[in-house]
Amino acid sequence: MRIVVAVKQVPDTADVRIDEERGTLIREGIPSILNPFDEYALEEAMRWRDELGGTVTVMTMGPPQAEAVLREAVSMGADEAVLLSDRAFAGADTWATSHTLAKAVEKMGNIDVVMTGKQAIDGDTAQTGPSIAASLDWPQVTFVGFVRELNQDSIIAERYIEGGCEVIRSSLPVVITMLKDANTPRLPSLRGKMKARKIEIPVWGREDLELPEDEVGLDGSPTRVVKITTPEIISNGEIHHGEPSVLAKLLVDSLLGREVE
Amino acid sequence: MNYYLSDELNDIKELCAEIANKYILPVRAELDENNRFPREIIKVMADSDLFGIYIPEEYGGSAEIFGGGSMALAVATEELSKACGGIAVSFAANALGAMPILISGSDEQKKKYLPDLASGTKLAAFALTESEAGSDAGGVKTRAVKDGDSYVLNGTKQWITNGGEAQIYTVIAQTDPSRGARGLSAFIVEEGTEGFTYGKKEDKMGIRASSTMELIFEDCRVPASNLIAREGYGFIVAMKTLNTSRPGVAAQAVGIAQGALDEAAKYASERVQFGKRIDSFQGIQFMLADMATQVEAARALVYSTARMIDAGERKYEKESAMAKVFASDVAMKVTTDAVQILGGYGYMKEYPVEKMMRDAKITQIYEGTNQIQRSVIASALIKETAARGK
Repeated sequence: MRIVVAVKQVPDTADVRIDEERGTLIREGIPSILNPFDEYALEEAMRWRDELGGTVTVMTMGPPQAEAVLREAVSMGADEAVLLSDRAFAGADTWATSHTLAKAVEKMGNIDVVMTGKQAIDGDTAQTGPSIAASLDWPQVTFVGFVRELNQDSIIAERYIEGGCEVIRSSLPVVITMLKDANTPRLPSLRGKMKARKIEIPVWGREDLELPEDEVGLDGSPTRVVKITTPEIISNGEIHHGEPSVLAKLLVDSLLGREVE
Repeated sequence: MNYYLSDELNDIKELCAEIANKYILPVRAELDENNRFPREIIKVMADSDLFGIYIPEEYGGSAEIFGGGSMALAVATEELSKACGGIAVSFAANALGAMPILISGSDEQKKKYLPDLASGTKLAAFALTESEAGSDAGGVKTRAVKDGDSYVLNGTKQWITNGGEAQIYTVIAQTDPSRGARGLSAFIVEEGTEGFTYGKKEDKMGIRASSTMELIFEDCRVPASNLIAREGYGFIVAMKTLNTSRPGVAAQAVGIAQGALDEAAKYASERVQFGKRIDSFQGIQFMLADMATQVEAARALVYSTARMIDAGERKYEKESAMAKVFASDVAMKVTTDAVQILGGYGYMKEYPVEKMMRDAKITQIYEGTNQIQRSVIASALIKETAARGK
């Protein structure tokens, strides 16, 4: 079983600041981590590798420093890592990003499963996984909370959807996006940490992937961020002091007055 | 202070800190309250390769990568102890149990037992103490009588750390009572051997996450091939084991002390009295300064001793005793002062320092009381002085 896990380096904060003029996230001064949802994808991939044999390859697209999350994944037990990095990749939207990632999967060859987190905690689009599948023309199973079965021919996975659970069987190769319900990611091991320090990580650029200039980066991105803003925090709370019975009445009247149902 | 640890030793430190944050801190109060041994955390440590750090590569470990096992064990034990002295000793006691095999075992014994200990699949424990044999190891009453191809053990061991949780026990028993300490021998006894059962589980003042139990041997037959070294070498095996493991206890003491210092410094930076943070008062400042200095001095002594052992020095009995005495006395003092700085809160179970104070106490007692350690140091000193006089 050859599994590729697509991971992303994201800022370590839920409270990302926004550069409104440029329409991008401000990453300076914020420590970077492995996207938490991708950790579940990595763990799931390693569990099936441990059971079935094979390899887990992690890949990410990003600047040279994104290599850090690949090393972290290796310390947790990934076998190999590939960094997709090129100035030409800068400014990519989810289409261009997933197209580039898909090309890398094609270049690796003979991949059975691509796993990734359901979304990244910075952009929150949840588009990259499905879009990799579209670009590869593979089936996809998204929002997977439990992988029931995986063998050389097929996968049976449970999608946790609003108000229910959908059980899907798919042929391989397939793209899976994982929820955090699936497992508990393991800690790095000492052997993993040592391997992570030494492993040579190949860097693939646009030419390695034989991608035309107009299919990568800003030029290859059909979408444009028109505007990005932080919602204004409306804080007009009132503070009252007094006896509980008086305060309760005040609260009920106030809620009724606002026609809260 | 920067001790310029190797990248590999830093890996151990980082990993133990991660285990402490993710797995130990959330449950340490519950483990302490319920006297519960955390098998699930032991499993995490095993999966992270921590149990092999003091065992040579030949037997499934990784000691060579760290320049020997002593610093590796000290760094790991210290880091785990910052969070919980009880879990840390459960880890370190495994090394104590493995040490007789590592130091004096035959190649066959090493091949048979060490790989499972290195992977953490099995745990080990060292069994010397009895009701009448504590500081006086020569007082061991457990008998081992040779009978054909085996030895038959009878007797009761007491206060055995990892008792009931370990699968491999190194047991000191008397093979020739007429010779006292010189009649002792060391044996490997596996859990499940007929005639080997567990007695009561102790209800301790501190390190309550660790398991401390009685081991009972009633006509327990072990193969003669489980004898470590030779008959009559039990005392030497035990002393070598303890000399080598003492820096581990010392590291536990340093970790507990550092944990308490961190709590006290944090509390003092937040607690306001008379309209000021209490760390702006000289009375508190001087206490914190002394605590920090003592912890650093203890760490320096422990690391120096561990590095000396890793470098291949053959005689380290004195230094090992010094590290244990100094670090454990520092741990007792620093944890007591931490409780003092936290005042009434420090005395309450909502804050972790009262547990640290209870955990610290045992480090002055086990693996040789501090009084015995001082005897060891003094006798080494007397010998050195006499040698110089010649």
